Amino acid sequence: MRSLSFARVKAVLLKEFVQMRRDRMTFAMMIGVPIMQLILFGFAINSDPRHLPTALIDRDQSAMSRSVIKAAENSTFMNITERPNTDAEAENLIREGKVNFILMIPENFARDLVRGERPQILLVADATDPSASSGAVNSMREIVSLGLKRDLEGGLSDLADKPPAVDVVLHKRYNPAGITQYNIIPGLLGIIIAMTMTMITAVAITREKERGTMENLLAMPIKPMEMMVGKVAPYVIIGYIQTLIVLLASEFIFDIPMSGNFSTLFMAVTLYIIVNLMIGFFFSSVAETQMQALQMTFFMLLPQILLSGFLFPFLGMPRWAQMIGQCLPATHFMRLMRGIMLKGAGSADLFASFWPLLVIMVVVGVFAMLRYKQTLD
Amino acid sequence: MTNVETVIDVKGLTKVYGDKTVVDHFDLKVPRGAVYGFLGPNGSGKTTTIRMVCGLLVPNDGSGTCLGFDVIEQSDEIKKRVGYMTQKFSLWEDLTIRENLEFVARMYEMDNRNERVDETLKDLGLYARANQLAGSLSGGWKQRLALAACMMHEPELLLLDEPTAGVDPKARREFWDTIHDVADRGVTILVSTHYMDEAIQCDYIAYIAYGKKLIDAPSHELVERVGLHTWRVEGKGLSALSKKLTGANGVENVARFGTALHVSGMDADALRQAISPYLHDENLSWQEKKPGLEEVFIHLMTKTEDNFK
Repeated sequence: MRSLSFARVKAVLLKEFVQMRRDRMTFAMMIGVPIMQLILFGFAINSDPRHLPTALIDRDQSAMSRSVIKAAENSTFMNITERPNTDAEAENLIREGKVNFILMIPENFARDLVRGERPQILLVADATDPSASSGAVNSMREIVSLGLKRDLEGGLSDLADKPPAVDVVLHKRYNPAGITQYNIIPGLLGIIIAMTMTMITAVAITREKERGTMENLLAMPIKPMEMMVGKVAPYVIIGYIQTLIVLLASEFIFDIPMSGNFSTLFMAVTLYIIVNLMIGFFFSSVAETQMQALQMTFFMLLPQILLSGFLFPFLGMPRWAQMIGQCLPATHFMRLMRGIMLKGAGSADLFASFWPLLVIMVVVGVFAMLRYKQTLD
Repeated sequence: MTNVETVIDVKGLTKVYGDKTVVDHFDLKVPRGAVYGFLGPNGSGKTTTIRMVCGLLVPNDGSGTCLGFDVIEQSDEIKKRVGYMTQKFSLWEDLTIRENLEFVARMYEMDNRNERVDETLKDLGLYARANQLAGSLSGGWKQRLALAACMMHEPELLLLDEPTAGVDPKARREFWDTIHDVADRGVTILVSTHYMDEAIQCDYIAYIAYGKKLIDAPSHELVERVGLHTWRVEGKGLSALSKKLTGANGVENVARFGTALHVSGMDADALRQAISPYLHDENLSWQEKKPGLEEVFIHLMTKTEDNFK
């Protein structure tokens, strides 16, 4: 360790600073990623979600049923967002993922209550994501008795003492045992595909630019569309292999039920793979180097993991975060996968999640084609 | 084959990057079957001009045709009929020689692909090594492979951008033999270089500097067009003489050729004036001579040494 030269250390250090300044993209990433993480982790995600959308069927329409509803809303676990007329409508809402809960108060609820016949209140919860539903499910009984406390004072106080005056029936749908893997594994496929498919196409074209082979390609009579299809198609097969691996693992290792049909699943996976390949192709038309393409992929992946409902309940996020989430392909794919595998939803039920993916595909595809330069300009 | 006599016919081609005009109102007419040489220092705009001709760059200004097709609107048609050899090796180093040629053959939708590839490999003398990765070839072989690849679809026009850069002299000579063979078959060739001995082999020479064409003539007329006058001097103390004459009034350049110095200038009288003090020096023998292409090139190059000003 003789003669450490400060001058040489300084030489390297200065060179690094100069190069850092020239590489705008990396610099932007180093500043941009922490800011994005602060916002996402700090404000957007919420592992104890409140105000989850709830469908209400109140067949009693009495003072007492209204007390129960009020108590449910006051608990902050639920917000009544839908008032379907029939049970079937309510079922659709929960299958499509528009509501997390169905709260049902039967006819003659108040009458039966007063008679001491212990009427039932039904709370159906979408337990796909156990962390989203558990709060309300665990405290529903308490919420109901608290809500009725005032109604049961005076002449009816003897009913309040005899616990419980109301029989709260809880139905945990789709994942009754509350197994986390049921929620994570189908969603994980979305993250795997988003990560690898985007990266691989983003790098596939920037590699040509970096190695100088792009000039040769462009000098040959190839049209942008031919280039895109040729570049993207091989990786669709890789995407299918990934899907197969995840499906096999979910069947044989994690014992996750497959309640839907495979043709709907195949459609969803194909569409999602293509969307991600297009995003990668778009990145590669913007990025100059493979390094930049990788950075863009990473930058895109972070919100896809955090805002898509993969790790944290989507409906528990603030409104603005949900709006960003709606623009991410992973969000819709999560719904599709969970819908197909856990809820047994068919393609008609899932139309609400299919069309946004189609829109994203077209928009990204058009942008990629516009950005893709057939010249070296 | 397209039926035009002027294969490249462009006017006023201009390319601007930021505030730097890389190619400045460039006119060029290349007749069918000619070997046309682009000579000029680094950064003079040779590559940019070639790229604009084959549709790889869109000019900011100017227009024209290549093989009868509009260089701006019809680059797809041009690309089908042109072979372009890039300055840097741009085939795929992680594909084998055969895979590279097969890829190119598919890109141009060639018939009898396998036979064409086999033929090309045999002509190249690479048949036995066809399954070797292209990246493992030496510089000279890479250059031959690149030339073969861009000629496989039998283009009518070859654009060669400094094809012999970094190639040893023997390979360079062989390369030029190939170029003449190809030209004899009626293929038009536009080749950029900064080797004078290569430029001399061209039918036409355009000298480019600062993105402008300084001179453009059939090579046998070039010397006359430039109008240079040269004295040849032999004897003792030439280095000292060279230093004295360089920069003297009337002397445009002083260059060493073997054991002699060639002193050149545009104005015959001024040149004579400049060398008169040394003309009767008994250690030196002077002789007025007709300048060759070498002197003319040196003259052009010294005039335009640095293009990054």
